[in-house]
Amino acid sequence: MNSKNKILASIRKQPVREISLPDSTGFGIRYEDPLGQFENMLEQVGGVALRVADQTQIAKTLESIEVYRSAKWVLSGVPGVQRDNSDAAPVDDPYALEQLDVAVLAGEFMVAENGAIWVSGEHVKHRVVYVIAEHLILVVDAQQIVHNLHEAYDRLSFEQVQYGLFISGPSKTADIAATLVTGAQGARSLHVLLVGPPPATPER
Amino acid sequence: MNHPRQAGQYVADQERAHWHDNVIWFMREKRDQAVKVIPEWEELRELGSQIKGHTLSRLDDYLERFESQAKRLGVQIHWALDAEEHNQIVAGILQAAGARKVVKSKSMLTEECHLNQFLQERNIQVTDTDLGERIVQLRQEAPSHIITPAIHIKHEEVAELFHEHFGTDLSASDPDQLVAVARDALRRTFIEADAAITGVNFAVAETGGFVVCTNEGNVDMGTGLPRLHIACMGIEKVIPRIKDLGVFLRLLARSATGQPITVYTSHFHGPAAGGELHLVIVDNGRSELLQKPKFNKSLNCIRCGACMNTCPVYRRSGGHSYGYTIPGPIGSVLGPSRNMKEFSSLPYASSLCGSCTAVCPVKIDLHHQLLEWRKEIVSAGVLPWTKRFAMKVASLVLRNTWLYCTSGRIFRMMLRRLPRVLVYHRLNLWGRQRDFPRIPDTSFREWYAQRNHEQQK
Amino acid sequence: MKRVGLFIPCYVDQLYPQVGVAVLELLKRFDVVAEFPAAQTCCGQPMANTGCDNEAQPLAEKFLQVFQDYDHVVCPSGSCVAMVRHHYDAYLSGRPGFDQLKAKTFEVCEYLTDVLKIETVHGKFPHRVGLHQSCHGLRELGLASSSEMVTQSFSKVQNLLQGLTGIELVELSRTDECCGFGGTFAVNEEAVSCMMGNDRIRDHLDAGAEVLTGVDMSCLMHLEGLIRRQKKNLRVMHVAEILIAGERAGR
Repeated sequence: MNSKNKILASIRKQPVREISLPDSTGFGIRYEDPLGQFENMLEQVGGVALRVADQTQIAKTLESIEVYRSAKWVLSGVPGVQRDNSDAAPVDDPYALEQLDVAVLAGEFMVAENGAIWVSGEHVKHRVVYVIAEHLILVVDAQQIVHNLHEAYDRLSFEQVQYGLFISGPSKTADIAATLVTGAQGARSLHVLLVGPPPATPER
Repeated sequence: MNHPRQAGQYVADQERAHWHDNVIWFMREKRDQAVKVIPEWEELRELGSQIKGHTLSRLDDYLERFESQAKRLGVQIHWALDAEEHNQIVAGILQAAGARKVVKSKSMLTEECHLNQFLQERNIQVTDTDLGERIVQLRQEAPSHIITPAIHIKHEEVAELFHEHFGTDLSASDPDQLVAVARDALRRTFIEADAAITGVNFAVAETGGFVVCTNEGNVDMGTGLPRLHIACMGIEKVIPRIKDLGVFLRLLARSATGQPITVYTSHFHGPAAGGELHLVIVDNGRSELLQKPKFNKSLNCIRCGACMNTCPVYRRSGGHSYGYTIPGPIGSVLGPSRNMKEFSSLPYASSLCGSCTAVCPVKIDLHHQLLEWRKEIVSAGVLPWTKRFAMKVASLVLRNTWLYCTSGRIFRMMLRRLPRVLVYHRLNLWGRQRDFPRIPDTSFREWYAQRNHEQQK
Repeated sequence: MKRVGLFIPCYVDQLYPQVGVAVLELLKRFDVVAEFPAAQTCCGQPMANTGCDNEAQPLAEKFLQVFQDYDHVVCPSGSCVAMVRHHYDAYLSGRPGFDQLKAKTFEVCEYLTDVLKIETVHGKFPHRVGLHQSCHGLRELGLASSSEMVTQSFSKVQNLLQGLTGIELVELSRTDECCGFGGTFAVNEEAVSCMMGNDRIRDHLDAGAEVLTGVDMSCLMHLEGLIRRQKKNLRVMHVAEILIAGERAGR
């Protein structure tokens, strides 16, 4: 008998128990102002939220960000946003991204509860770009937001998504004497551009 | 492994013991702040507990489902009966790929299997990329906490370590400076790595995908560059559906560090284009634990570390006092299942205060299981005979009212009459740091009997 | 008229008789005349907690027998009551009278609050008091909400004490950390036990407490032992002692 079958046989020796799988549908905290909650949480986890009136204002908002302005190399995955010295052609070698100062990428939606943004490997050539850039700027439609993680998973489908992740703030660690330090392995900073009008407040 | 002895040594350095206690208590406080903003927290715990209970009751079905879904996505699944087999499998995959430099993110399972040592012996260099793990790796120590492995080390000591290994300035001892040094050093390692090994926080049967959570981004860095990714998981990590991630991810980071979610929550569904993704499913005693109704709930564990943060004993004695891969309350429940004799002092390293049970996000009845282990240890004859004998004598005395009263009277008389030096001596463990109370002239029952006698007159 | 049996833990009987006296008088003040059945000895907790079920078994049986004819059983110890209500199942499950025993055994404060419906005790006790929340009473018997849980905050013991004029309950930095007694733990892991106790005492002194109180004399015995050895200025009193002293002073 191979190991798999031995393990399964051993598992089947356990006493029979009837424990039903609970349903968490509709469960979870909701907010009066989810976008405001998201901004609070993002700030709490060390990120910066910036509201942008519409698509035409994105470039201007980016210029207001110090790390973007001073960056030598900016890579953008957001259409229409290119800086003069950015490499317009997609980079072939992911290892070359080691030198990347700023990555401006699209986020799909936000989670109000925890300041997280969902991004996936489907929209970038090299998925390591999410962590290898010194600084990360995510651009999200301000209306693409859910209240909590339960809703987030209701929304997500993994049929075609090999790699996807929630990013909540710049990379950090509290491994040294529980002191929180930003800039561990991933981005040293995270800016999130919230583009367009905020979601309408829920009807009472 | 003798916890009282190790703990005694740790406590002897009062300055360090207090420092450690405060640092870990701080993590408990952060957890409290993070959970109190979730009014439905207690219901969430109940959901987590039930989902785990259900999954474990049908673990074979869910594991098979997970395997078939994962294979559909192109993941190569391996099954390991024990630690040795796990290590052989991982080494085999690395050797077949010609991988000599490996980066590994935090995985308590690989710690449990002593994978690093196994690979080093086969000339495969493993670098732990979780900062805490890297620090203890450099110091050639075991981790002392499952979330913050180097929490027992002061920042000045990390500065000394980095000075020794990276040639940095001794005076650069601020955590910010230290993290910056580690970032550069580890970045080199990532670039040079041939393969990445990660743990698994949750494996989803419904889709064949799995999730790994980090704050540093070392999983994404490690798996984003080299083509080969090996993920290692215990059989208990599987959960039924994608939607169940909502429950567990809300419970995990809040319980572990007081964050609403970890910075990176990475979902893997199949290998990257042109890459290889292997998953090693490990038993190593877990299926046996599943057969024990009194202890199988410990398999609910999502490795958050909240129990050790709240444990007043762990905080004051440090993770190394437990001598097991996982310290604290959950370690004291899992250790004896692995080796009852070796870890027989662990279930007794607790005042049974119950705080661990109250914080456990998946409602493991930790302090009850610790008591149950004590019963097993006594039944198996593993409890030292001196303790067993003392309990037998005490039971005999207490069974008999007259014996009890007389012994009590004699005991009180001796404490009243004997000179201090005969009462407080080396054998009197109670009296080492504590005085006995002022000895009353009469016991309560004597007073009561006398009062009744007087009232009847 | 309900027959109320007084269950006095063995170490209270031998070393802290004044706590037993206080409970008796406190109950009398609320028109409950409790009896002390002299046959009682010990609930068996030290044996049970060490895992020695065979040694605890006869003590559980004796306990059931001693108290079977009472309508209520009242005890000044959270841990002993938790032993009877939560841990005696292993020894007495199915025995006649056992389910009733579990339902009728109470710790003093919960007896006052839940059975006698007395929410607070009026009197005078002008002192700064630190309430040490003994673990069994707190987490096993639910005498108060514990700091780990996200629930409505409440405390039966605090409510009882609040009626005493002049009492000031000090704010501890760790509201319900264990004192380190833990039964045989106090001897088995002596170093950690005493460090825990000393930390608890320091918390009380830093908060300005003059009196340290709680519902479990075992915790208090351990803390008082440390206080006396170090000659610290902190008086240790069981909650029942404070309530009856305060009540008397208020008359």
